[in-house]
Amino acid sequence: MEFVGFRNFEYLLKDPLFWKSIANTLIIWILSTIPMIILALVIAFLLNSAFVKFSGLYKTLYFLPNVTAIVSVAIVFGVIFAPNYGLINYFVTLLGFDAIDWHNNSFGVKLAISAMIIWRWTGYNAIIFLAGLQKISGDIYEAAKIDGASSFQIFTKITIPLLKPVLLFVVITSTIGGMQTFVEPQLLVGNSGGAGGEGLTIVLYLYQQAFVKNLYGYGSAIAIGLFFIIILFSLINWKFVQRKG
Amino acid sequence: MKKFILHMCLVLGVIISIFPFYWLIVMATNISSASFKFPPIWTFGDQLLINIQKVFAEVDFLKAITNTIFVSTITTTFVLFFSTLAGFVFAKFEFPGKNKLFFFTLGTMMIPAQLSLIPNFILMQEFGWIDSYKALIIPGLASAFGIFWIKQYAEGAIHDDLLNAARIDGCGIFRMYWSVALPVLRPAIAFLGIFTFMGVWNDYLWPLIVLNDPTKYTLMVALANLKGLHQTDMAVVMTGTLLGTVPLIVLFLIVSKQFISNIAAGAIKD
Repeated sequence: MEFVGFRNFEYLLKDPLFWKSIANTLIIWILSTIPMIILALVIAFLLNSAFVKFSGLYKTLYFLPNVTAIVSVAIVFGVIFAPNYGLINYFVTLLGFDAIDWHNNSFGVKLAISAMIIWRWTGYNAIIFLAGLQKISGDIYEAAKIDGASSFQIFTKITIPLLKPVLLFVVITSTIGGMQTFVEPQLLVGNSGGAGGEGLTIVLYLYQQAFVKNLYGYGSAIAIGLFFIIILFSLINWKFVQRKG
Repeated sequence: MKKFILHMCLVLGVIISIFPFYWLIVMATNISSASFKFPPIWTFGDQLLINIQKVFAEVDFLKAITNTIFVSTITTTFVLFFSTLAGFVFAKFEFPGKNKLFFFTLGTMMIPAQLSLIPNFILMQEFGWIDSYKALIIPGLASAFGIFWIKQYAEGAIHDDLLNAARIDGCGIFRMYWSVALPVLRPAIAFLGIFTFMGVWNDYLWPLIVLNDPTKYTLMVALANLKGLHQTDMAVVMTGTLLGTVPLIVLFLIVSKQFISNIAAGAIKD
């Protein structure tokens, strides 16, 4: 090993692929996290309604995707999103559109990766939200109803504020998880991140540089870049949620 | 009526949730070309046994399963031992530097795992542990999450009176740990055990990095390799995926209630 000072970092900051991997990671994170949180909230509200029987069974079935190995998920979704004869493309053509090349379409790659993440984590987060909802005492809702609050008011003025710690937990864990996305793109489009590197995430780039090209120094620089991005995002999340309350 | 619509929404969610499993079984029970049929085949076929034979012929699948069970079991055993030992001591004993040490342990949880990937790999290389089970097992022997989890549980579950009684009866610290703490900690241990076991079973990136020799592959690396080898024979890949997924799904279904409530409790605790 040879000491090169900050040369790896200088190169990192000028490396277009590094910035591309950051952009890809952020786009995939946004494409997956927003639908995931909304869906998880909806499922949690439905499950929390008193009329739902078999809630234990529902919880188990919704949680099932999360205990499935990401490798298995990525392989199955790889076939579902196959470029030519995949299941999704079957429906796309059924609706009269042209089949989408999920592996070479800039947006398509990211959408397919996001679909895997959404599928795997929505149920998990729904269970977390549900636990938060069940902690809110029924007395508060009762009192609000007596005071004449509408369902919408109850939701925005009582449920969401009281759910804030749980929301923060879900947003922060989703951010940290999202920044570390690796297996999905690696199995979908390979170590290169696919055509034009459209599926290249930060960790995939780190893996590629360090363990495919054996550039450990540069890989380490990417790892440290990743670390700062995660810290930055955790701080932003924290500030954002603190201020809203 | 409103109830009915709400219920239908939930059922739709469940269908989406389990559809990939259904699809996996469909593809694993049909011949390979069925994966590429337009319109798709929706029903189970009768090719499962033939596909399983192909999987076992193509890759040393039995070896991969054995490797995975071995690594998962050993790692889980040690994680449980160290976590309960450290968690118990952190929860119930005073010693100089305790808070700093615990804070330091928690701190390691905040650092993304990818940050230690390269240093750990180089360390394994220096030790000459590449392609050995040591590289798979030893870096994961202690878990900060496990120590934290057990400590939180032990603080509430183990009463000081119980420990004092044991002390009066002449128990040393290890005896207290073994005979008093462990039985009380059983529910927390059960969750941590399954959580750890699943985590090791499903791990992909670390085994991918430290293993080159196919006879040492874990299930996940073998599956990814199978996919790389057989872009065309999808039925074989799907059958392998099914075989690698089923054990964990079964394990989860057995313990799901406990598992889910522990996950939820861990997230809600403030």
